[in-house]
Amino acid sequence: MAESHFITIPIPVPRPRRCGLSCRWSIVAVCVLLAGCDESWNDPHGEALGAGSVLYASFSDRPQFMDPARSYTSTAYSFIQQVYEPPLAYHYLKRPYELKPLSAARMPEVRYLDASGNELPPETPAEQVAYTEYQVDIKPGILYQPHPALARREDGGYRYHGLTEADLEPVNVLADFAHTGTRELVAEDFVYQIKRLADPRRHCPIAGIIAEYIEGFSEFQAHIQNTEDVPMDLRGLSMSGVESLSRYRYRVRLKGTYPQFIYWLAMPFFAPMPWEADVFHEQPGMAQRNLTLHWYALGTGPYMLTENNPNLRMVLERNPNFRGEPYPGEGEPGDAGAGFLADAGRGMPFIDRAVFSLEKENIPRWSKFLQGYYDLSGIGSDSFDQAIEYGGGGEVGLTDEMEAKGIVLRTAVDLTVFYMGFNMLDPVVGGYGERSRLLRRAISIAVDYEENISIFTNGRGIPAQGPLPPQIFGVREGGAGINPYVYRWEDGQAVRRGIEEARALMRRAGYQNGIDQETGKPLVLYFEAVGAGPDAKASLNWLRKQFAKLDIQLVIRATDYNRFRAKMRKGTGQIFQWGWHADYPDPENFLFLLYGPNAQVDTNGPNSANYKNPEYDALFSQMKNIPNGERRQRIIDRMMEILRRDAPWAWGFHPVSYILSHQWVHNNKPTTMSYNTLKYRRIDTEARKAAIREWNRPTVWPIWAGLVALALLILPALVGFLRRERARGR
Amino acid sequence: MTAYIIRRMLYAIPILIGVNLLTFTLFFVVNSPDEVARLHLGDKYTTPEQVAAWKQEHGYDKPLLYNPDAAGLDRLADTIFYTKSVRLFVFDFGNSDSGRNIGHDIRQRMWPSLAIAVPSLLLGLLLNATLALMLAFFRASYLDVGGVVLCVVLMSISSLFYIIGGQYLVGKLLQLVPISGYDTGFEAAKFLVLPVIISVIYGIGSGTRWYRTLFLEEISKDYVRTARAKGLSEQWVLFRHVLRNALIPILTGVVVILPLLFMGSLITESFFGIPGLGSYTIDAIQRQDFSIVRAMVFLGTVLYILGLLLTDISYTLADPRIRLR
Repeated sequence: MAESHFITIPIPVPRPRRCGLSCRWSIVAVCVLLAGCDESWNDPHGEALGAGSVLYASFSDRPQFMDPARSYTSTAYSFIQQVYEPPLAYHYLKRPYELKPLSAARMPEVRYLDASGNELPPETPAEQVAYTEYQVDIKPGILYQPHPALARREDGGYRYHGLTEADLEPVNVLADFAHTGTRELVAEDFVYQIKRLADPRRHCPIAGIIAEYIEGFSEFQAHIQNTEDVPMDLRGLSMSGVESLSRYRYRVRLKGTYPQFIYWLAMPFFAPMPWEADVFHEQPGMAQRNLTLHWYALGTGPYMLTENNPNLRMVLERNPNFRGEPYPGEGEPGDAGAGFLADAGRGMPFIDRAVFSLEKENIPRWSKFLQGYYDLSGIGSDSFDQAIEYGGGGEVGLTDEMEAKGIVLRTAVDLTVFYMGFNMLDPVVGGYGERSRLLRRAISIAVDYEENISIFTNGRGIPAQGPLPPQIFGVREGGAGINPYVYRWEDGQAVRRGIEEARALMRRAGYQNGIDQETGKPLVLYFEAVGAGPDAKASLNWLRKQFAKLDIQLVIRATDYNRFRAKMRKGTGQIFQWGWHADYPDPENFLFLLYGPNAQVDTNGPNSANYKNPEYDALFSQMKNIPNGERRQRIIDRMMEILRRDAPWAWGFHPVSYILSHQWVHNNKPTTMSYNTLKYRRIDTEARKAAIREWNRPTVWPIWAGLVALALLILPALVGFLRRERARGR
Repeated sequence: MTAYIIRRMLYAIPILIGVNLLTFTLFFVVNSPDEVARLHLGDKYTTPEQVAAWKQEHGYDKPLLYNPDAAGLDRLADTIFYTKSVRLFVFDFGNSDSGRNIGHDIRQRMWPSLAIAVPSLLLGLLLNATLALMLAFFRASYLDVGGVVLCVVLMSISSLFYIIGGQYLVGKLLQLVPISGYDTGFEAAKFLVLPVIISVIYGIGSGTRWYRTLFLEEISKDYVRTARAKGLSEQWVLFRHVLRNALIPILTGVVVILPLLFMGSLITESFFGIPGLGSYTIDAIQRQDFSIVRAMVFLGTVLYILGLLLTDISYTLADPRIRLR
């Protein structure tokens, strides 16, 4: 470009007239008030954040850990799953959920081995299999995001490994390192991460259960535990069950069979981690500056975390080294009509940056969504009526106000169950005799979860017929899928049995009119409640009324969550409520909640009801090792029958998520299983700009009116003051 | 005065130990170290071995207050209380239970708290004193009665109402400022307008009423009558004599809270999404992060003691008759 030359000509400028202080302030005030009339004054997002295609959303709970070895909350997953790429992922559009390769080149190859290491045919019964091997081939050419841990000097050495305190003096955040680098993802990085999971110093929350399956995992744990000064860089140690076979291939060997392991490969725990990350972050002085892997992620995914300030906002930006990925071309029926296939085949990600702001309170979050400053929102109970209305047939729809703004509603049943459990060790409600079984079934009928969902979740839930939520293999549709002990199938729908039937069960159990026929005393049951605030109080009062339908006196034993958990571990509670969200979409992940060897009292396992039924346990052992199919369905049917008859839980409900998005957000299909959804979404930024401008015009006149009113108030006081002054002067 | 300050600082040591002990006892009455570990490790698959490893790494594997297995002074020193408390006295707050450096976090988060607290305090002080002087000037008139009634009304309304009402009116209806949020540098200004205005308005009722009482008490004193008898203007009497002499109780109220401004406001920060120390403390309590809770309680106590000391010193500046010995 040719250099420009400018000639400066002095121009005489007229000297401004002196203006008084009030005059100057008035001009400033008018300028300030008028200058922004075309702009939105209430825009909470700075201009620096707004360049390019940006998604704005909020979060309410701060994520604690970004290290995939430690992180295990949905809040953290919604960030790290955009950064870290495990070998597999769930298909974005298909339901029921289906796994597909992510950083893997193809689905893993599974081999069954006997004790001598000889390969067995795939149809070998599980009890004859000594080991299962998963061989994973990864895609070549995947690069890590730019990161100082990978930066190299000209001589090839790592620029920021071996730093001294003096080197770190000017460093406060990761961006203070001037250089970044990258390298190709290799199979050894997956192996390295599995070793990290076994390192007790990393406190991996699922290390205990992994140790049961991966060969050599517990030995590796014990070695680190019993050896002094093991470096955080674990490359020098080997784990017998995990090895890298080549640059792009690694193998994991399991003890026996565990088909659910394939789902583990879709969890961030199994995402690759370069050893350089540990070497870099474990240098002296790094932790004091909070430069840790808990705070700064390092992955290969479509986004990188460029700002991690969970007290204010989290910012994800497009990873310039991301290889690109096509938007899926197929989904479930109805996806094309809903516009979810419009971008089929186009390269992802579509969004350059995602800004997540901390919003702890519902009211400001909701208001900012309505102003267009957040692209997505859930619906709090206090704004539910403003957003949602039910049609004559009970169908869910948006209110006119939402329709006018072009807001879109999507709903999805969560893979979650909230249940009311009975402690099977309790002498009154527990046990496997007919008396306690009838009592539990009577309570299951009396506690009206349709009413509960209507009152406490604004209808956002479906009553559970067993532990399995919809879209999980094993759930039967229609009349075959109902719990016949609690519901009847009438006119094509499940109808809760009447309270008279429950009372009849009570009579048969020997509790006629709530009186124990053996002792002649009223039946008093105890409910272990967590929290006793105003919200909980309404819910507990409702529960008391449900039991009162059977003349049972329910005593609420309110406590905090820690003590509640302690009671559960000791088995001293009687009736309680709890929930479970799926780790993976397999019936095993729900049915194991009632598997005898998982009883909480014995093993601190997830079976909080301490339910033990030998037939159920035997069926569970069969079911968990066989693939989905007719045989597995038959086994699950039998297991469901056992559970429904024994009623260790009153089955509760499965929550339904309601997600609102603005018209400019595309490809926003709700998913409750995977969180790596950002890359699929697309934003029409021009439409958003126009809407925000239209919806956010500042109203200035009240400021003027306020100033005039203030002047009118001050004036009489001033007049009075001057009068008094003069009066004194006379 | 130096001797007085040293004596007060020495008095602070048993107070700090007592407060620390109280915090420790209250925290561990509700939570056992096992529960804290489980909370940090997650609910689903935590094993007793993992709990033990976490406790060992975070120093929760010792007895709480007394170690019967140790010898001599170690019976007290080899305990969670001692090991977690002793470094506080040199302001080494250590790491939070989730591994973050607490001192670093405090240094980062005190600025947003101060950004709200300082302008709120100064504006509130100025406005309340002005209004109180006005009411005192028009004492026993309709303006005074009306003003006092208005103050009582303002005092009777919950702070939450001011926040939600302010956000609704200014942020949502008039759309003049963002409803909530925060940013660094000058960008922060637009986020601070609303919380500062709300804080000032919330304080008007109690502040004005209190200052009015102080001014009226002074106005009825002999020296004011003398000043008036000398023919001084009411303006001069109020600002030169009454305000100056009423400063001591005002200073008591203001100086004592000055150091505490660092600590932030719990509700305001939560509703406006301000990443200050108030929300830091609340988050720590919710997450049962004892390391942060004890650090913040300790810091709050130190600042409160400092505030009281500053108040005493400020007396000597406001009233030359007062001597600290």
